[in-house]
Amino acid sequence: MINLDARIPQGPIEDKWHNWLDDHRLVGPRQRGDHTVIVVGTGLAGASAAATLAGQGYRVEAFCFQDSSRRAHSIAAQGGINATKDYANEGDSVRRLFVDTMKGGDFRAREANVWRLAETSTNIIDQAVAQGVPFNREYGGMLATRSFGGVLVERTFYCRGQTGQQLLLGAYSALQRQVAEGRARVHNRHELLDVVKVGGQARGIIARNLVTGEIERHAADAVVLATGGYCNVYFLSTNAMGCNVTAAWRAHRRGAAFANPCFTQIHPTSIPQSGEYQSKLTLMSESLRNDGRVWVPRDAEETRDAADIPDGERYYYLEERYPRFGNLVPRDVASRAAKIVCDDGLGVGPTGRAVYLDFRDAIAARGAHAIEERYGNLFEMYERITGESPWNTPMKIYPAPHYSMGGLWVDYELQTTIPGLFAIGESNFSDHGANRLGASAMMQCLADGYFIAPHTVTNFVSGISEQVSTDEPAFDIAERDVRERVERLLGVGGRTPQTVFHRELGEVMLDRCGITRDAEGLHGALERVREIRDAFWSDLRIEPGDQGINQTLENASRISDFLELAELMCRDALVREESCGCHLREEHQTEEGEAVRDDKGFANVQVWGWEGEGVEPSFATEDLRFEHVEPVTRDYR
Amino acid sequence: MKVKLNIWRQDHRETAGTFERHDMEIDGDASFLEMLDVLNDRLVAAGKRAIAFDHDCREGICGACSLVIGGTPHGPRQVTSCQIYMRDFEDGAELTVEPFRSTAFPVLRDLIVDRSALDRVVEAGGYISVNAGPKPEPNSLPIHPETQEAAMDAAICIGCGACVAACPNGSGMLFTGAKVTHLNLLPQGEPERHHRARAMVRQHDDEGFGACTNTGECQQVCPQNISIKVIGELNREYRSAMIHKLRERGGPLEAQ
Repeated sequence: MINLDARIPQGPIEDKWHNWLDDHRLVGPRQRGDHTVIVVGTGLAGASAAATLAGQGYRVEAFCFQDSSRRAHSIAAQGGINATKDYANEGDSVRRLFVDTMKGGDFRAREANVWRLAETSTNIIDQAVAQGVPFNREYGGMLATRSFGGVLVERTFYCRGQTGQQLLLGAYSALQRQVAEGRARVHNRHELLDVVKVGGQARGIIARNLVTGEIERHAADAVVLATGGYCNVYFLSTNAMGCNVTAAWRAHRRGAAFANPCFTQIHPTSIPQSGEYQSKLTLMSESLRNDGRVWVPRDAEETRDAADIPDGERYYYLEERYPRFGNLVPRDVASRAAKIVCDDGLGVGPTGRAVYLDFRDAIAARGAHAIEERYGNLFEMYERITGESPWNTPMKIYPAPHYSMGGLWVDYELQTTIPGLFAIGESNFSDHGANRLGASAMMQCLADGYFIAPHTVTNFVSGISEQVSTDEPAFDIAERDVRERVERLLGVGGRTPQTVFHRELGEVMLDRCGITRDAEGLHGALERVREIRDAFWSDLRIEPGDQGINQTLENASRISDFLELAELMCRDALVREESCGCHLREEHQTEEGEAVRDDKGFANVQVWGWEGEGVEPSFATEDLRFEHVEPVTRDYR
Repeated sequence: MKVKLNIWRQDHRETAGTFERHDMEIDGDASFLEMLDVLNDRLVAAGKRAIAFDHDCREGICGACSLVIGGTPHGPRQVTSCQIYMRDFEDGAELTVEPFRSTAFPVLRDLIVDRSALDRVVEAGGYISVNAGPKPEPNSLPIHPETQEAAMDAAICIGCGACVAACPNGSGMLFTGAKVTHLNLLPQGEPERHHRARAMVRQHDDEGFGACTNTGECQQVCPQNISIKVIGELNREYRSAMIHKLRERGGPLEAQ
């Protein structure tokens, strides 16, 4: 039985976090150096948590699979970060950000967590500015803001189109400072392959040194996973090539419950796929929807160039269907609408799986200079990849897997069902419910890393008095299991490279467990995933040798975890007999194709427990209560 | 289209490397790295060792990819290796593919080098010393947008190290200058400006990076278009830091 006590503090919602802070257990400044905390992943969440914990005086061991902690995929976040500063004097408030996030997530997130996130948002901007993050400024020298999908206020702070890069470099620099101070160590080119439990608590990890192939043991008083999302289960996604579910999944296999695995966000504005060999999809920032207009030709037989099609023959489907929000509807709504028009045969481009994002009117109204200033680098990037200039012809875009709202289940303290194992950032099941709003991912990562996890980890380690040794039998067992799995991957002795299985898996998942889902498709997918997994374990061929760099082994190891996760995603999607946020079940929609949510049956978090290979997972739900926001039907019309 | 490739193969740091010849036929719209993916699948299927290369985001922002294509760090277009497409080359072209070469970047395998020297340069002072916690209201310190833009022009460095690979001296001054310029232009960076310039330059030299002799090769290959002006800025900051140090000590120049 999975214990899902979310441990939400008592008191009115606006006091809960303060009450928790007032009451949590502290560790004295002189004792902190006796405690070691492992932080896995050095993106926005991991780097900020590692830097903060080390800054408080803990010994921090940080791990990343990249060659430097500055390269985590947070770096690619373009658009911006939300905060309720209300600089635009629109009446923005913590409550409004809370309501927008709850509503954007289609009322499948925990109220108390979301409130805390909204509350913390302003501290993040203050912190980042103090670190030297060069946010865009107005002429008077004040911070600039803009609006983003799903909201009616301008609360998004940005550094041109490279906000993620600048925020990550801020956190990375803070971490490097701690390395220089001797309080933190960064183990780059290391991959977590198991979590070690001693006496029921997470007390260490097994990591593989990706340069030497050595399997290493690391002990600690607490382990923080900040290992990102799992959209690479779809093979083609906007995630970096190395993004993976391995850390979260191996933790799941050791007892950490997994929540809402089927909640994956398909982002509406990616550059469409162009060929078979393609390895990833590139996102165009959602901020483009501020000024770009989305359309397709009204006539499915249209052959003219986009520029030659008169206004009357253009179907601005978002503006027509959702006049109030227009092109700024939330991501799930925009993605679904694009799929519908393409399914109706109105899609453009060689594959018919694309829609136009047109800047003609914005350039005419605001001048090329203003557009260049806002989107110059995005236009350049688009032209580099596609060979077409958005100045002359509309961009072509199509939805692509982008973010996973699902992840390891955590309580209010961001602790998983394994005591001492924390999950932060995208790796937890998050505050975004069934759909994340734009510019909220970075907000959550940095809230978790700078302002929440350091306190909740402190609260946990204050109760730890004895250090564990890596000679404990639990380390022997975990290391043995890791070695066996590595040897198994190397020893399959088949003929097919790992990418072939990954691509097949991705096709099945995108088709059956992507923008829309239905029971028949999901049952079929479950079968196909098992077939692909069997084929993988009987016909895989990777480069031999576990000594030295072996990237095919790294890759195959990650795919082996995706093959297990995929099954859980389909199961989760099957159980959720409603449509909410990103999860549109074809069986549950109105005649106009709008989602039908079932708050009586499914106002909950679906949580899964690992029971062993080939064994049905256990299942439980955490009921969600809405006391501060009424779960209305989302209507962006 | 077809290309002839001469790819650097090297087992590990301590062994000698050599070029290996491969002929590829691929769609012009494939990226250069996707072409290598296809080649690797073929090599593994044939029981051979895949070509190791660093890559991650494939969007030109993480800075992981680090190939020297046809003799130029990252290749012909002043973008990252991952943003090179096969259509950038002529059909039938013959290309060498090598790792970034520099004393400070030892080769780990094939096309992968160790660039942790860059992390250590940042460690030396590439930050503003603030811990997490309550901070003053940011708008209480207005920053002119031109200052912010100039800082941003330097802050966009992705830390790929192409500047080092392009420099005949193996200098990391563009990288170091970009970080110093970013932080020293901003009022938040002011208190530590002298220490930052001194410490980062010292670490830069200790890592085995060479000195700058203004050849300008670095800015020719920088995927972020960072101008050599940041090196001028670094030199100015460094000089002023040394003078500051002199004043602090009040001693003669030769005593420093």
